[in-house]
This record gives sequence, structure tokens and C-alpha cells, in this order.
Amino acid sequence: MLTVADLQGSSKQRNRERTMRVVVQGAAVVTMVVSVLIFFVLARGAYTFLDEIDWDFAVLSDLGWFPRRSRFDLRTILVGSVVMGGVAMVVAVPFGLGAAIYLSEYAPARVRKVVKPVIEVLAGVPSVIVGYFVVRFIAPEFVSKIFDPTHDRNMLAAGVGIGILVIPIMASVSEDALRSVPNSLREASYGIGARKINTVLRIVLPAAVSGLVAAFIIAISRAIGETMVAVMAGGFDGSGPYSGAWPTNPGLTMTTAMTNAVGGTDQDVGGAPFQVLFFVGLILFTITLLLNVIGDRFVNRIRQQY
Amino acid sequence: MSNVDTSPARAHVPITHSHGPSMTDATTAQTLTMIDDEPADETIVFDIEDLSVYYGDFRAVTVDELSVREHEITAFIGPSGCGKTTMLRSLNRMNDFIDIARVEGSITYHGVDLYDPEVNATEVRRRIGMVFQKPNPFPKSIYDNVAYGPRLAGVKKRAELDDVVERSLRGAALWDEVKDRLKESGLGLSGGQQQRLCIARAVAVEPDVILMDEPCSALDPIATARIEDLMQEMKETYTIVIVTHNMQQAGRVSDRTAFFTTEVNPDGERRTGRLIEFDRTEKIFSMPEDERTEQYITGRFG
Amino acid sequence: MFTTPATAGEHAAASVRAGLTRQDRDVAGMAMLATLLFTTLVTLFILVALLAQVIGESSSLLGERGVDFVTSPIGSDPDKIGVWSGLYGSIFIGVFVVLVAIPLGLAAAIYLEEYANAKHRLTRLIMVNIRNLAGVPAVIYGVLGFILFTQWLEPVTNGQSVIAAGLTMALLVLPIVVITSMEAIRAVPGSLRDAGFGVGASRWEVTRDHVLPYAAPGILTGTVLSVARALGEAAPLIIIGAITGLLPETSLTGKFTAIPILIYQWTGRPKPPNSEFAFTESAAAAGLVLLVIVLVFNASAVLLRNRFEKSRVGS
Repeated sequence: MLTVADLQGSSKQRNRERTMRVVVQGAAVVTMVVSVLIFFVLARGAYTFLDEIDWDFAVLSDLGWFPRRSRFDLRTILVGSVVMGGVAMVVAVPFGLGAAIYLSEYAPARVRKVVKPVIEVLAGVPSVIVGYFVVRFIAPEFVSKIFDPTHDRNMLAAGVGIGILVIPIMASVSEDALRSVPNSLREASYGIGARKINTVLRIVLPAAVSGLVAAFIIAISRAIGETMVAVMAGGFDGSGPYSGAWPTNPGLTMTTAMTNAVGGTDQDVGGAPFQVLFFVGLILFTITLLLNVIGDRFVNRIRQQY
Repeated sequence: MSNVDTSPARAHVPITHSHGPSMTDATTAQTLTMIDDEPADETIVFDIEDLSVYYGDFRAVTVDELSVREHEITAFIGPSGCGKTTMLRSLNRMNDFIDIARVEGSITYHGVDLYDPEVNATEVRRRIGMVFQKPNPFPKSIYDNVAYGPRLAGVKKRAELDDVVERSLRGAALWDEVKDRLKESGLGLSGGQQQRLCIARAVAVEPDVILMDEPCSALDPIATARIEDLMQEMKETYTIVIVTHNMQQAGRVSDRTAFFTTEVNPDGERRTGRLIEFDRTEKIFSMPEDERTEQYITGRFG
Repeated sequence: MFTTPATAGEHAAASVRAGLTRQDRDVAGMAMLATLLFTTLVTLFILVALLAQVIGESSSLLGERGVDFVTSPIGSDPDKIGVWSGLYGSIFIGVFVVLVAIPLGLAAAIYLEEYANAKHRLTRLIMVNIRNLAGVPAVIYGVLGFILFTQWLEPVTNGQSVIAAGLTMALLVLPIVVITSMEAIRAVPGSLRDAGFGVGASRWEVTRDHVLPYAAPGILTGTVLSVARALGEAAPLIIIGAITGLLPETSLTGKFTAIPILIYQWTGRPKPPNSEFAFTESAAAAGLVLLVIVLVFNASAVLLRNRFEKSRVGS
């Protein structure tokens, strides 16, 4: 007969197992800590900011974004983010979705094998290089020649640049959604004599719609969170949305306002013009978090469907 | 049929089922009559009583009474979905890896409750090895496949390892075929050879019991025959429990057979597995007590 | 078909054949394909135009100065400046990502895939949290890094140093490392784990001896991608306080800069009247250096993954 002690294994091994479990579990907990810290840092700084402005919410709607003159008009930066994000989506949706549909439904395997890695390479291009590309090429050679804005750096040019950055995300999430549509649906459509275009437009796209919505939402979230292109090519004008919401005008995004808060040699850590970094950061964090959570829901929906 | 080692050197544990607290007198009596015609001095390796394995709320299989004797081959047969593999995997706590799996009732291994919180499942698996349905050699050399277990157990000396590897490969009737290519990948072998490699790998840790989950289902008849022969040799040293889909195989190789089937759950939707009959193989195949067993044996269902 | 004396059967066959081989113009279908091809080609063209712009604007500067541009520090004279200070910063940012984010992210992935109960609420919370972290804008990580690494952990990082920058980037790519490692680990067949457990290996032994070696190419791919991502990010570094003017000395604990910061700065600077080269040419040259690094990383990740997928199919 055995006893329980015979089946306990060596204490050395049990200890090692316990240690390893604690180590890997600890690492997983660190990811939670990062989230908590992000929220804590932003909330604490935002509170300090509101303290700095003596809880005078009027300064949050004084026309224009001029932190050093205590004018923190949230509408200015929100409109800037929305306009540039909107332009970006106008660029990213047709091209990203078009490439996704082509790759998923039309492209022969040989073509796909080449095109997909190229789009992945585009996804790997750092945003600062896209920023340079917009300033040196898209803005002067393309946007300015067509729309004739007063400044080369404007929301339209920056929006196009952000759109370029977002195309690969749009393309890859949409393609995943399209490819998760089971082939049996396509075959059923062909089986009743439908043409390819009808199969794609009436069967595949509707079946993948929640995944496509997810792609759209995730892309918006990225576009709004994008910093470098908006900073480099957006024109940096905080004079307010009412005269300048039109895309060919210069503008300021939430992200630009954040880099602006720490920029400059007169960095005054502690004052309202600096602390606004956290306040805007908290707003941006909340918006992108909401978009990501909603986008995630849609991704899960298409996963559950098929 | 009596390959049972009854030498006095072995611990003789009298079979005393009557202490089972949850057993009704009727089942006790039945169990005792079932085993009365046996010499009552065999060592019981596994003793299972009133066992149910659940996946979440779903009861996958129930066994009222089953005991596995040392140096015998015990076969679990039955139609698919009857829970025989689930039952087998709970014998060495492989079900632990299914998050929602849960065991109720008692399985003792040489008298120790396998699911005692103090028991270390890894240690259990060192003593109770397993061979799986699909041959699953590690993507390593033949030598390293076999030497893996002994190395974990702390064997480091090359000569010692060489010895274990040769002994295990011979034990699995594979040595002559692979002795010149021990450094080659185990994945380069044929299916039957891979399965024998897996048997050698299991044997190398010198377990007490080897559980085999449909070990021949992925193999051709010739490879199957080799493994069946091998099992007959192996039971001299080990206790074997085999799950098989193949009734003829159970008839050929096993000493005792447990027949499982599915019955409709109280919820009326899902089917749950149950042990119907457990007896000496020749009895199960010649005069089963239960008509469902007979129907299955004679090919009328399943 | 001619109307020579023929049987009705032949007539029927002919008309069926005509019906099946009818070449009707599917205008809508062709327009659709043309549109899709156009969008795909434009997407590819954008990459080509971007590369052409970067290479075109940097060619004369790199042609004349060559390696000198790579080894010179930053400064105010566009004829003398180089990318060295930034390269130094970027290299160490990469090193910190490898040293901090990879072990941490891999360990978290091991926990979530191999140890944690997937049904448990806490496990699900951690997974949702990691997906959300992956979507947090880079600039927000800059804010976290600014407070956490340049202020709270100042004794360790010495303030606005490349250590603080590297640690910030490590946190930024952590969710990517976790997610890609989880995917790689999830692709390990369960039969391999069974085999390990079947011979009495413990959870950690199975993970170390079987799961990780099998998942290694996938993990490596994710690692390479996350390092590339960290090397290209600029926004968090602006928040942390990367140097944009003069940086005579490079050190781990002193002031720092990185290649993306140089590109950002030089893109916006006007050409001084008496210099041969414009700052924008330096920006393009620095961009080329960064692109080469990042694209080599990305391309090797893609190649690695393709080879890995192929070998899996083969076995």
C-alpha cells in the first residue's frame, strides 16, 4: 500500500512549481498595474489642473487654445481631433476596405502573397516618417495644389497623413473579418447562380458587418490617438473652431495640445499650462478606451457568429 | 489467462470492498459475487467507487464500481461518447488540465485517494504513464524522446541514460529498427513506430501503470498487431488499462473488460456515460449479464 | 450553328452550349474589380512614394557625407549634424524593450495560456485589460513614463534619461508582446503538452521543455515587431523630454534623444542661409536610417512567420 506521502513528489519540485507560478502570475498582474497607474496618473494630474484653474470651468470654453493665457477651450482641440480623424477615415475606409475586399475575395494567391506583406510593411512605417512625408510631399505637392489652402500645414494634410497610417489597420482588421465568413455562404450564393459582385456585396459584406464596424471603430481610435502627424503637419493653430473648422485651415488636436504642454524651454512643471497635459490626456484616454471597448465587442460578435 | 504474479514477494492486498460507505448492500453483494470466482489475493491498483466526472454542470461519466488489478490488462469498451476516455484520463489526473472538469466520488491508487489535496498530480503521472490515441513524439530525436522522462527524474549520467534508452526501446520492441538512428527525429518514424516510441517513452520512467487511450486507432493492422503483442509482454511488468473502440482488440488482449454506454441524462438532452458491466473478458464476451452489453458485443448497436 | 439537316438533339445541345459560354459583359462586376484594384494599387503606391521621397531627398546628403552622417552628433549646423546621438538613444531603447518588455510580456502570456483558468473572472479581466492597453495612444504612455520613470523612479533613471525612455517604451509594447506571445503559445498542439504530462513532467517542465521551444519562432516574431514599434515611436519621448537641440555627450543617465525625435525636429526647421544642406535633407536621411532599421526588423518578422507557418504545415 502507498501513503499520501508517497505521492507528494519532492519538496524541491513543489517549491519550484510554486515559484514559477508566482513569477508568471506576477507578470500578468503587472499589466493590470500599468492600467491602474495610467488612470491614477491622469486623474491625479487632471485634478491638479482643475485646482490650478480654481475650478473655473469658464476657461474651458473661452475661445481658443492658448494655455499660457489661461484659455483652454476644449472645443478647439476636440474639433481639431474630430476633423483630422474624419479626414483620416475618409482616406482610410475606401483604401483600407478596398484592399481588404480585394485581398480576401479577388486576389489570386500569388498576388496576395506579395500585396499582404507590402501592406504590413506600410503598417510598420513609423508615424514620424509619415509626418515628414506629409510635410515634404503630401501637403505641398498634393493638398496645396488641389485645395489651395492658406497654409501648407493644415488639418486636411495632417488628416490625409493620419489616414495613410490607419489604412493598414483598417485593411488587416477588415480582411480578418471577411476571411472569417465561412466559404459555405459563398458557395451557397454561387450555387443559386449569383455573380461574384452580388456574392461579395450581398452575402459576404453583410455577413462580416460587425467585423467591419470593429475595423472602423478601431481605426477611428487610432486616428484620434495619433500624435506625430498631427503635430508636424496639422498647422498648430489654437485660435478656435468657429472660424477654422474647415479642413483646409490649420488646427490643433488633443494629442498636439499634450505635446505642446511639455514643449518649449519655459517648461513650467506644475502650472496650469503644464498640468493641462493630464487633463487632456484623461479625456483622450477615456475616448479611445470607449472606442476600443466598443470595437472589441464587435470583434467578439463576429468571432462568436462563425 | 492467469499471468497474474502471485509470488509471495508482492504485497497481497485482500479485496475488501465492503467498507465503501456509499455502497448499497445490493451492489456490494453483486460485486462480491462478481469477483468470488477469483483468487482473492491479487493487488488492486485502482479502486473506483461511485465516481462521476463532470464538465461544468454536465455529468460526463459515472462508474459505480470498478477495480483494476495488478499485472492485468483492463479494457474499457463502449460506443463513442460513453466516457471511457474521460474515465481513463481521470486515473492519472490528466483531466486536471480541463478547467471545468471535476471529479466526484473516490478513486484510490494502491489505497491512496488520487484526488486528495495533498497528492501531487505530477508525481501521480510519473507512476501512471500514458500513451495517447495519436502518436505524439516530441519534436526531438528518438534518443531524447525516451531519455526525457529519466532526465526529469534526475538521471544525468550518459551511460545510465544510454542504458535506459536501450532498455525502453527494447521493451517497446523498437530497438532493432532504430538503434542506428537514435539521433534522428522521432517524427521521421512511421505511425506504428512512433506509437511504439511513445510506449518506450512511457516505459522509460519505470511507471507502475500504463494507460493507453485507443493506442492503435491511428495505425494499420500490422502495426496494431505488433502493439498488441507488445502489450502481452508488457503486462509482466506493468499494469495496463486500455481504452479501445475495437471490441475484437479488447477480446484479444485484455484480461478484464469494462463496458460503458451512454444513457440519456435527466435533462433529456445530453447523454451521459455509465459503466454497465465489468467482468473477466471471456465472461463479458461469452455470457454478459446485461442485455446492452450483449447487444454491443454482438454488434447490434454502437 | 448552321441549319443543315440536324436532329433536334443536336440543336438542343448547341443552344445549351451557347447559353453556358455566353460572354455577357458583367459591367458592374468589372467596375467593382477595377475599383478594388485601384484602391489596392494606391495603397501600394503610397508606400512607393514615401520611400521615393525619403530616398530622393536624402541621397545628395548621404552621397556626400556617407558614414559621417551616421557618426556625427546633433547640432545647429545642417552641414555637420548627424544621427549618432539619436541612434545611441534608439539602440538603448531597443535594449530596454528586449530586457524588460519581452521577459515580462512572455511571462504574462505563459500565465494566461498555461496556468490561468480561462473561465475565471480575474483571467478574463486581465485579458480585456491587455487588449485595451494595446489601444491606448502612445502619447498617454509618455505621460505615464514622465510621472513614473522621470519623477517617482528618478533615483533609478536619473530623470529624463534614456533609461526612463527605454522603460516607457517597454510598457508601451508590453501588450503587443503579451498578445503575440499568447497567440504563439496557443498554436502549440495540445498533444505535445499531453505527451509531456504523460511522462510525469510538471506544468513548468512542460512549458519550458515543450511549449516554449515550439512557440519560439512565433514569440520571436512578436518580439521583433514590438522592438520595431518601440524604435519608431516619437510621441512618448517628446512628453518624457527628449533633447532636440545640442547633445554633446551620450550616456545612459544623461539627457537623451532618439532618431524619431531628430526627424520630427529637423522636418520643421528652415534652412540656414549659408549652409549647403537643408535640415529637411537631414530629416530625410535620418528617416532613411530609421526606415532601414524598422523595415529590416519588420521584414525579418514577416519572413520568420512565413517560414514558421510553412514548416508547421509540412510536419
